[in-house]
Amino acid sequence: MIPELGQFALVLALLLAIAQGVLPIVGAWRGNAALMAVARPAAAGQGVFVFASMAILIYAFLSFDFSVAYVADNSNLALPWYYRVTAVWGAHEGSMLLWVTILNVWSVALAALSRHLPQPFVARVLGVLGLIGVGFIAFILFTSNPFMRELPMPVDGGDLNPVLQDPGMTFHPPVLYMGYVGFSVAFAFSIAALLGGEMEQAWVRWARPWTNVAWAFLTLGIVAGSWWAYAELGWGGWWFWDPVENASFMPWLVGVALIHAQAVTEKRGSLPAWTVLLSLFAFSLSLLGTFLVRSGVLTSVHAFASDPRRGLYILGFLVIVIGGSLLLYAIRAPKVATGKPFAPLSRETGIMIANLLFTTAAAMVLLGTLFPLIGDALNLGRVSVGPPYFGFLFVLLMAPAVLLLPFGPYLRWGHAEGRQLTSMALRASVAAVICAIVAAFFVRGHLRAIAGVAGAVWVGAGTLAYVIKRWREMPRGRRYPAEMAGMLVAHAGVAIFLIGVMLSESLSIERDVRLAPGTSASIGGYDFRFDGVAETEGPNWRADEGTVTILRDGAPVGTMHPQKRTYSRGQVQTESAIDAGLFRDIYVALGEPMDANDVQGAWALRLYHKPFVRWIWLGGLFMMAGGFFAAAERRFRAKKAAAAVATGTEPKASLA
Amino acid sequence: MSRLLPLFGFLLLVALFGFGIWWNTGHDPHDIASPLIDQPAPAFALPVLGEPERMVDKASLLGKPYLLNVFASWCIECVHEHPILMTRAKELGVPLIGFNYKDEPADATAWLAKHGNPFDTIVADRDGRAGIDFGVYAAPETFLIDAKGVIRYKRIGPITPDVLDNEIRPAIAALVKDAP
Repeated sequence: MIPELGQFALVLALLLAIAQGVLPIVGAWRGNAALMAVARPAAAGQGVFVFASMAILIYAFLSFDFSVAYVADNSNLALPWYYRVTAVWGAHEGSMLLWVTILNVWSVALAALSRHLPQPFVARVLGVLGLIGVGFIAFILFTSNPFMRELPMPVDGGDLNPVLQDPGMTFHPPVLYMGYVGFSVAFAFSIAALLGGEMEQAWVRWARPWTNVAWAFLTLGIVAGSWWAYAELGWGGWWFWDPVENASFMPWLVGVALIHAQAVTEKRGSLPAWTVLLSLFAFSLSLLGTFLVRSGVLTSVHAFASDPRRGLYILGFLVIVIGGSLLLYAIRAPKVATGKPFAPLSRETGIMIANLLFTTAAAMVLLGTLFPLIGDALNLGRVSVGPPYFGFLFVLLMAPAVLLLPFGPYLRWGHAEGRQLTSMALRASVAAVICAIVAAFFVRGHLRAIAGVAGAVWVGAGTLAYVIKRWREMPRGRRYPAEMAGMLVAHAGVAIFLIGVMLSESLSIERDVRLAPGTSASIGGYDFRFDGVAETEGPNWRADEGTVTILRDGAPVGTMHPQKRTYSRGQVQTESAIDAGLFRDIYVALGEPMDANDVQGAWALRLYHKPFVRWIWLGGLFMMAGGFFAAAERRFRAKKAAAAVATGTEPKASLA
Repeated sequence: MSRLLPLFGFLLLVALFGFGIWWNTGHDPHDIASPLIDQPAPAFALPVLGEPERMVDKASLLGKPYLLNVFASWCIECVHEHPILMTRAKELGVPLIGFNYKDEPADATAWLAKHGNPFDTIVADRDGRAGIDFGVYAAPETFLIDAKGVIRYKRIGPITPDVLDNEIRPAIAALVKDAP
């Protein structure tokens, strides 16, 4: 009975979403305040029913309701409760429900926090979110119903894919979705602005905090996903250019471009059409990602469900949403004013160049991801492009971005002066060269590592120089407004990230060794003593657990326990042991016993020493923090009166 | 005009995706057409696993259809497939014959003791010769052989619930329909 209530709640949510999608937009068009007023209650109602539906699915998992096919397929009696929650979004149906749930989190937040915005605008924004909700809820109800019953009820269920049984997986999907579903808000703002025709800068100001928060969540989601791949897949890698990773990375890249373009449009009124287009792109790429993952058009290690019917449905939905919005853009965007003129040497130009680099990078990732499909279409046979393609082109496109980055804060709006730029560039490059020379002694000629240190110091020193300049020149309290602090923190994150990537990629040591109990191997100045394998058990698995003692100069510095788990359904999964440190990770993965009948004997082990690998995620976290800080800018929390002045009633109101 | 460019670009993508969906429905990556379909199964005579003196040959299985499942203790994918055989094989209504491929009998017996034995009979192809005749190139594989000894269906890769419901069941149902 309860699962049927979940489905019923979804049906009600669909009806409310239709009301939310149609009535307010009609109201805004007709100037009918009563219809516009439907937007908020409808959004709240849709939220209540979608959350209820999600809660019921979670309850079905927690209460072992195996009469629900989705529960029976993805969980069993031995699965601990926290992984049963993870299992809710461990496969197709549940992850689509999660998508809709998060969409509603954003809609409800927007409905609650948009009191200061003019009513027709809010009506249109919530209306667009409602229409997106209609598409996804209908998709769930008609093609991917998680509440489908399976009768007779199985005594016990299947299992959640063991690779997903990791704490990182519990929160990676919700956070990632918070990010790319969050771009729906920027999208809705743009559509509302196009529909309304009032292409004032004001809407960009309202959209900025939402875009920044969405982007920050997306950053965190990608960091969590990368960390999970590193910890769980047992290959020691942190990014694989896998289609599913790319699906989240493309909106991120466009998102970087978008948050910068929004700043230009908000402050200077320039590039408004480009900002609109980028918001459309960011959300379109999020939808495209969903399509790529869910349709099975591209096969990937992540693609756990595919069904041509679902693919066709999503494709149709894409055509309506993306095609429709781009058509609207083509019709309405020319009305947009061109904004203030700016000199070739100005912050606008700098941001435009960075924008081009980031959107080109996104296009490059898209091309690489779709390449196998293009190969099929043009009958080139089975082709795919791998990490070499991405690695080469991505570095090529990002290198100029890194070089330009420290100039950003020094460039003045409209027209910049060269003098300050050269003095900053001089200091930062001297610092970079000195650090690179020092680093060269430590890394013994690894060019990439030296380049990494130089690049990171260039960005870091340039950013730091600006921090000092503000400190000296501005009075206390006005030195670092939230928006600027966010920018500086995020840019510092780039420096940290660069160190992590370049040093860990070039200095990591990996060794496959065969060790009998009591013997040891040594890499990176550490000795790894293998102390044998013992059996151990978890709630739904048993494992051979190795004990490896790490010694430095003969003194033990740690004990590691890599495992090879066999889950209750027979799937085998390695759990690598990681000794994390700020300056190096030690990573041990248990391979196979040399003799299958003698698990007490010698084993194959894989040992890694990875300097600075943690800085990759640390840099990501800094970027994320920057996004959140910038969103907290006081200027974005405009008072109702100020906002009212800024809109249609007085179209030429100055916002400078 | 330039405002329309993004739309045109997107339409190109849509065409590509439409093609992708169409291509994927026609081309299952697991679906490598076997030249053996609708051909008589190769003749074989193999010992029963664990009872080397008892032989099973093609002739002794004629008369009713059966599923032949190629498995091995060294085969990782077989472990994924096994639970489905354990729970669902009985409902298919045809005998399930295990074809233990290139495996040590002791390993195979231990593997079955650990994961369960869904098979009605298991033949052991220790050196893999009969497997070559069947065109086996990766375990697990599954053949449906009809009462006259003709191969009617072949699956390369593990059996999933979808494959069981959408391919194997219909194939068995078609046999019943064809039978006089």
